[in-house]
Order: sequence, then structure tokens, then C-alpha cells
Amino acid sequence: MSEIHVALEGVGKTYHVGGGGMFAKARPLYAVDDVNLTVMRGETLGLVGESGCGKSTLSRLIMHLERPSTGRIAFEGTDLNAVPANALHAARQKFQMVFQDPYASLNARMTARRILAEALINYRVGSRAAIAARVEEIAAVCGLQPYHLDKYPHELSGGQCQRIGLARAIALEPTLIVADEPVSALDVSIQAQIINLILDLQRQMGLTLIFVSHDLSVVAHIADRVAVMYLGRIIELAPVFDLFAGGAHPYTQMLLAAAPRPVPSARRRGQAVAAGELPSPLDPPSGCHFRPRCPFARERCTRERPALRPYRDGHTVACHFAEDIAAERT
Amino acid sequence: MSEIAVAPRPLLVDLLALALRFLRAHREVSVMLALIALMALVGILAPLLAPDPAAINPANRLKPPSAEHWLGTDHLGRDVYARLVFGTRTSMSVGFSVAAATTLIGVVIGLYAGFARRGGAIVMRINDAMMSIPAVLLAIALASLMSQGLTAVIVAITIPEIPRMVRVVRALVLGVRQQPYIAAAVSIGTRGVPLVMRHVIPNTLGPVLVQATYACASAIIASAVLAFLGVGTSPDVPSWGGMMADARRQFRLHPDLMLYPGLALSALVLIVNILGDRLSDAMDPRKARRGIL
Repeated sequence: MSEIHVALEGVGKTYHVGGGGMFAKARPLYAVDDVNLTVMRGETLGLVGESGCGKSTLSRLIMHLERPSTGRIAFEGTDLNAVPANALHAARQKFQMVFQDPYASLNARMTARRILAEALINYRVGSRAAIAARVEEIAAVCGLQPYHLDKYPHELSGGQCQRIGLARAIALEPTLIVADEPVSALDVSIQAQIINLILDLQRQMGLTLIFVSHDLSVVAHIADRVAVMYLGRIIELAPVFDLFAGGAHPYTQMLLAAAPRPVPSARRRGQAVAAGELPSPLDPPSGCHFRPRCPFARERCTRERPALRPYRDGHTVACHFAEDIAAERT
Repeated sequence: MSEIAVAPRPLLVDLLALALRFLRAHREVSVMLALIALMALVGILAPLLAPDPAAINPANRLKPPSAEHWLGTDHLGRDVYARLVFGTRTSMSVGFSVAAATTLIGVVIGLYAGFARRGGAIVMRINDAMMSIPAVLLAIALASLMSQGLTAVIVAITIPEIPRMVRVVRALVLGVRQQPYIAAAVSIGTRGVPLVMRHVIPNTLGPVLVQATYACASAIIASAVLAFLGVGTSPDVPSWGGMMADARRQFRLHPDLMLYPGLALSALVLIVNILGDRLSDAMDPRKARRGIL
């Protein structure tokens, strides 16, 4: 738990939208903005936030599917965006991704067997026979039957497809897995199976897991630490118990209040209720991005963007008045 | 279970067995392929099946069908049946050559345009410029620049046909590139040519095949138009388009001279179209087996 696995320093990703026309000027969209984050070896980091807050973009940046516009990402100490393409290619074996859509993330024209063999062929892991054996092995580990291997994705269920996605991700024995909402497209009855499979694999292989989700109850169940994102920025980072005891950031509190409860009447009084909508990332509010929706907003929040600062031990928050708000609530 | 998809390099025997199984599973594709093979055979064996198509006999012109001339004679007294049989050669070679060349060149340019940001934009503007000229007009201009002959006709028809294919391929590539399975493939270390061959091309195949059959059909018609206008193959080479051009003058009195090549042309175009449609379905594992035609 002490060794840094991935370190993000001031990572930002800016897209330019609307510049297609001859007279239209491209406007910057800060999908991910100045993210600083370290992920420890073997830990499970939950990444939560509303749709469109930049969770997926951040995942793609960590997976080196895209280059950051600013900042650097050090994977096991190396900035892979600064090394030759072949070095990045070699390093790709160590970090793998599980995607949200179990069907769309599999090539519909390949059988499960070919999908699973592809990674092994790319890195020439052993002979044809060895690869074939390894495919059967990882499929079995992920709970697939041998006859599933000769099926095409459309002949399998969503859960089975996600098992293939997982098997593909572990084929090269990675050290890090980024799971981008891996269960949100699945039936509730299947979700638990897939989550348990992910946790089993993590335990067996000693994986570091970055688990992206908008489902707080899932994150509470599996994560060691949780990062909350809002409009491209991380606004709170805390150990899972601290966060679910009631976060320090008003937005976190709002998210927790909005999470469904087994007994709806148990909703505590005086808790902030979700108000307003996510502002357009093309035209973010000045200062603190959360200001327009925040019941505690003051003048300083308009002027000054709050930086992520230590709040308690191992708990950081990007809010000027976190302590005041905490005092007010008790 | 027996064929392992790892590094697919089966022997010729395996390939043949695979093709046989594919044909057995897709009845309509096999029927259409058989019909095309039959037409090709007619073209190849033309000298055995028919008399000399160029033999002129003005005394015996515009005669109705008889035992000697199965489909009668044209305005120069040439055997219409013979010209029809020999015309298969021209129409089929033009159709299939143009389809093959268009697909090959169009897919390569389309892939480039879909992947390259700046270069792609330049390619697409040239493409737009070419598409603004009517295809037949461009073909006529190109054909009249070159010497008369089959190759000239094929080149003249292929060039205006390419931009359509490029447009289709580029649009498909832009769509496929955004798919999560491409991101997944990149993250397991697939890049360059294997990425394109394994993931991009197979997922653009359906519409490309349909476009290829369209190119084939429209090339056969375009070659008829060129022959009809007198800039295609030389008049003494029998072609369906040329026959229809000749028949124009006798249309009021002898409409059957127009009918025979027209029917042959329609039949070939129809067969090719159905083949393309069924083939693109047959190659998509998501589409289960369907009923007749």
C-alpha cells in the first residue's frame, strides 16, 4: 500500500468543439482540469461523479488512449507520453481496461476465442498451443464455459460478455485495471456477480483497481479511497469511511443525500438535497465550479477557485469553507 | 473447437473446406455465384456456342428469328444471338474489373481519409470536386482522351466511381473509430495494420460490399452508355451497350433488337445486386439465417 503505482500531476484534457465551420471559432472544453492524484499499488480507488464530469476521459488518459493536454501521468514512475511509441506499446501490457458497454466493447465479428487470443498474439506470448491453452485458462478463471469460446458476442448475455471483457483485461497479467462503469449496463442480479469476480481477480493477482462509477453503494462496498469529480476536477479525495460518514464538500454531501436508501423515510433531516443541474463545461462558472448549486456559497467562492487542500488525515477537499460547513451541520 | 483462430493461416484444403461450408450455409449466395459463373462460362465458351458475331451479310439484314439465326439478324445482317453471347465478355469484364479496382483503391483512400486528420481533409475536398462532375460526363471525357479499347473503358469508368467509394468508406471509418472495441483493441496492444485488418475493415465490410456491387452494376450500364455514344469499345467488338446503340435506329420496326441485350444487362445487374446484398448479410455474424431471397 505504500508504493505509488500511478501519479497524475496537473493533468488536464481540453477538447476544442464547434470549430468545424469556416467561421465558427473552436471553444475550449475542459473535460479534465488540473487533476492531481496518486494511486497506490494494490489499492482500490473509487472515482465517482455525475455523467459528463470527466470520469471517462480521466480513465482514457490513465489508459493512455489519449494524450493529456497538460500535466504528466507517471505509470510506475515513467511518463509514458514522453517515451517512444514502442516503449508505450510494451508498457500497455501492465494496465488494462474494462469497459462500460459489454457488447460495444467486443468486436461483433470475432468469436470469444479470437477476442481473448488477440492480446496474447499481439505480445507473442508463447506458441499457438500455449496461447490456446492460456485462452481456455483465463476464460475459466472468469467463469466462462469452454463452449462460450466459440460464440460471437451477440450470442452471449451481457454478463457473459462482461466476463469476456474481464478475461481480455487480465490476459496479459496487468498490474492495474481501470474499470469504467463495468456494471452499469448490466442487470442488477448480474452486477453483484461481476463485482465479486473483479474483487476475486484483484485479490488473486494483487491488482490495483481504479473503479469508475456513479453508483455510490457499489463504490462504498469495494473502494479503499474515493475521489469525487465535478466538472473535470477532483473536489474531494477521502478514505471510503470518511467519505460515506458524510463528505466535507457540499457536493459530496449532495451526492450522498441523493443516493437511494433501502428505507426512503430514513432520509436524515437538514441534509442538502440535489438542486440545479451540472453547468455546461463549455461555460463553467467563475471561481468554484460548484458555486451556483451550493447552499453555502459566499462571495469568495465567485472570485477564487478552491484548490484541493488537506482537510483531515488522508482526506483532501477543494472547498474554502469545509470546516465552517462541518461545524454548521453538527 | 477444431479450428483455433490463433494466427489464421490454414492450408489451401482448409480454405476450400471453409468456402464450401460457407456456401452450404448461405444458399442464396451460392445460387447467385452459380448464375454468375454460368454467365462467365458463356462468355468464355462463346466461340463454341455461337457463330462469328462480326460476319456481315447486308442482303440478310433485319431478319426475324430462324433456325439459322436464333434471334434474327441486325441492320448489318449480323447474328444477334452471336453478338449477345460475345457481348457477355465485354459487359462482365468491365463490371467486375471496375468493381474490384474501385473497391481496392476506394478502400485504401477512404481509410487514409478516415484516419488522417489534415491529409484526410485535403483528400475529401479533391473528392468533392470530382463528385461535382457527373460520372458519365467524366467517363466520356476520359474515354475520349484514351485510345479505344477495353482497358481504356475500365479506367474511364473506374475513376469517376472511386469518390463514391471513398465517401462511404471514410464515413464508416469515422464511425468505427469511435467504437469502444477499437479502444479495447488499442489497450491490448493492437496497432497499425492489424488494427485496420482485424477491427476496422471487417466492420465496414457490409456497406462496402453493397457499394462494390453498385459500382459493378453501374459500370456495366456506363460501358453500355459509352458504347452507345460511340466512345467506348470499338463498334466491331460486340457489347450489349453497343447492340442497344445500334438497335436505336430500328427501334420502331424491330424493338426486339433492343430487348435481348437489355434483358441480358438487367439480369446481370440484378444478380450482382442480390449477391452483394446477401453476401454482406452472410458475412455478418449478427444476422441469423433468413428465408428465401
